Amino acid sequence: MTGYVLRRLLQAVPTLFVVIAASFFLMRLAPGGPFDLERPLAPAAMDNLRRVYGLDQPLAVQFGRYLAALARGDLGPSFSFRDLTVADLFARGLPVSMILGGLALAVSLILGVGLGALAAYRRGGWLDRLVGAGASLGLSVPSFVVAPLLQIAFGLSLRWLPVSGWEGGAPTHLVLPVITLALPQAAGIARLTRAAMAEALRAQHVRTMRSLGLPPWRVARHALRGALLPVVAILGPLSAALLTGSVVIETIFGLPGIGRYFVEGALNRDYTLVMGTVVLVAVLVVALNLVADLVSAWLDPRLRLHA
Amino acid sequence: MSLPPRLPPTRRALLRLSRHRGATAAFAVLVLLTLACLVGPFLTGHAPERTYPDLRQLPPGFAAQPDADHLRPALDRLAFRIRAAVAQAEMADGVLRLVLASEAPIDARGLVYLPRSDLFGEPRIVARDDEGRRLTVAVPVRKLHFLLGTDVHGRDLLSRSLVAGRVSLLIGLTATLVALGVGIVYGAVAGFAGGAVDAAMMRVVDILYALPFVFFVIVLVVFFRASLVLILIAIGAVEWLDMARIVRAQTLALRRRDFVRAAEALGLSAATIMRRHIVPNTLGPVTVAATLLVPRVILLESFLSFLGLGVQEPATSWGVLIAEGARSLESAPHMLAGPAAFLVATLVALNRLGDGLADALDPRADA
Repeated sequence: MTGYVLRRLLQAVPTLFVVIAASFFLMRLAPGGPFDLERPLAPAAMDNLRRVYGLDQPLAVQFGRYLAALARGDLGPSFSFRDLTVADLFARGLPVSMILGGLALAVSLILGVGLGALAAYRRGGWLDRLVGAGASLGLSVPSFVVAPLLQIAFGLSLRWLPVSGWEGGAPTHLVLPVITLALPQAAGIARLTRAAMAEALRAQHVRTMRSLGLPPWRVARHALRGALLPVVAILGPLSAALLTGSVVIETIFGLPGIGRYFVEGALNRDYTLVMGTVVLVAVLVVALNLVADLVSAWLDPRLRLHA
Repeated sequence: MSLPPRLPPTRRALLRLSRHRGATAAFAVLVLLTLACLVGPFLTGHAPERTYPDLRQLPPGFAAQPDADHLRPALDRLAFRIRAAVAQAEMADGVLRLVLASEAPIDARGLVYLPRSDLFGEPRIVARDDEGRRLTVAVPVRKLHFLLGTDVHGRDLLSRSLVAGRVSLLIGLTATLVALGVGIVYGAVAGFAGGAVDAAMMRVVDILYALPFVFFVIVLVVFFRASLVLILIAIGAVEWLDMARIVRAQTLALRRRDFVRAAEALGLSAATIMRRHIVPNTLGPVTVAATLLVPRVILLESFLSFLGLGVQEPATSWGVLIAEGARSLESAPHMLAGPAAFLVATLVALNRLGDGLADALDPRADA
């Protein structure tokens, strides 16, 4: 177990290196720089700025310096947010994104697994068709359409919930963003669970239990264990999707999370901020993939053999 | 349902697909949408970039514009330029009887402002009273129709949505083709080569899978100035991974089949075997994956455009229009509704078609 985790962490090193190298050189090869303002700076001032931030060095040197700093856990100063380091920005933004993503993950899992399992259990019934139609709609209506609709319905017409803002994470400010973020994922999970559950309900051991006359909820519990496997398997991509989705959600609802910093950073050519976000997200995705694999192995003994 | 036996597999799949009600309906919707986007902009009567400054943010509807609400402010503005005031205005049979009044004699040359304003035709002077200080003019009112209303600049939203649809559909199709090409070649080579080559190639795919791709696409698009081609390449480069995995798995299975080994024994080159025997046999699942990839690509493009990182003005896509609609949601909710309806209809139809294809091509389906 420990050996497996260690090996997986070691395997993540080349992945992260590719991510860092690719985004670093992509950004630097692109035209334009962080100090291109509408009114160009005096050449001397520009040279000074470039020297202070080490941008006058050859690319390879800059890359080496960045890696060395990264190894010490230093993400560097932000170019566009004056007097702030990237770490400062993350310290502000990460909690916001984490709360948002964590809640959305929970909501989408509960909704998706619950509805998917119910649909599979009542296959062909009205509930099944309703869940199917809802899921296909949930997958097709983009969150940037859902969000304004929710804002207009619950914020402007009914005045039940605030339209946007964070306010230190007040629960009422969280409802709409979390729902918007969770909906498409819940739809995907519901479809996956329904298919897996239908398969699991046909399995020999479940049919035996049914024929022995066990109450439906106990049968369902056993079937669900098998049906959860594919859901757990997509936990990694799922959390990546939530991170991506939060870029739009944070922009629409005006939440100060890392997604919004990322978009602003990219538009301002804030090299360090963009790099930092990419590295952070890559680390998160790698870690979550590992967690997903560990949970799968725990759920399905057959997978442990390959570990 | 029972099919006549001994039909070739492709025909059987097509037959099953044609009996799939959801899939046929979805296909019909897609054909209609595509046709509408291709020829529709010529039929709406408004060029997509034509602005009507006097008719901004009109609500959708069948009624001819301008209606009474929009006519009066426009008239007042025009009268001001003619250096007169509107004393009286009456509509009869599409002709407006307009009485202009002023302190000083009115210069009739100012009437050229009327036909310049999109709303009116050539004016005709009916009467001149009070030593030219009172002018009675008959001017035909143009009848304009905006089925989906107009946007903040007074452009016809229907024409714009249709033109935007061209861009969205084009990106969806081309990026999918790019992903398809790369994925098929990569997967087939990996699966056919097997062994260490396969392991190494698939390890690369695993590494790429762990990348936060959308962030990557954003970096690419922002730092290299968003252009259509770049968006295509970026999305295509990101989405080929699934395709490569599917094709590789299929190839591995096919590799051991007798007809492939027979072809090898006959001395065919690896490239020929792949082209003639492997790739055609993987097309079933690949078609399904490609059909489901198109909506994902369209969604990704509109996501980028919504953030202002994708398609740039004056070109437009559904994502751009939805972003504009979301910004003026309070004053003109129809600006979101129109483009969003187009986008959602397309995505639903594509997803349905993909699901139908998956069912129809499922070899386990009862035939």
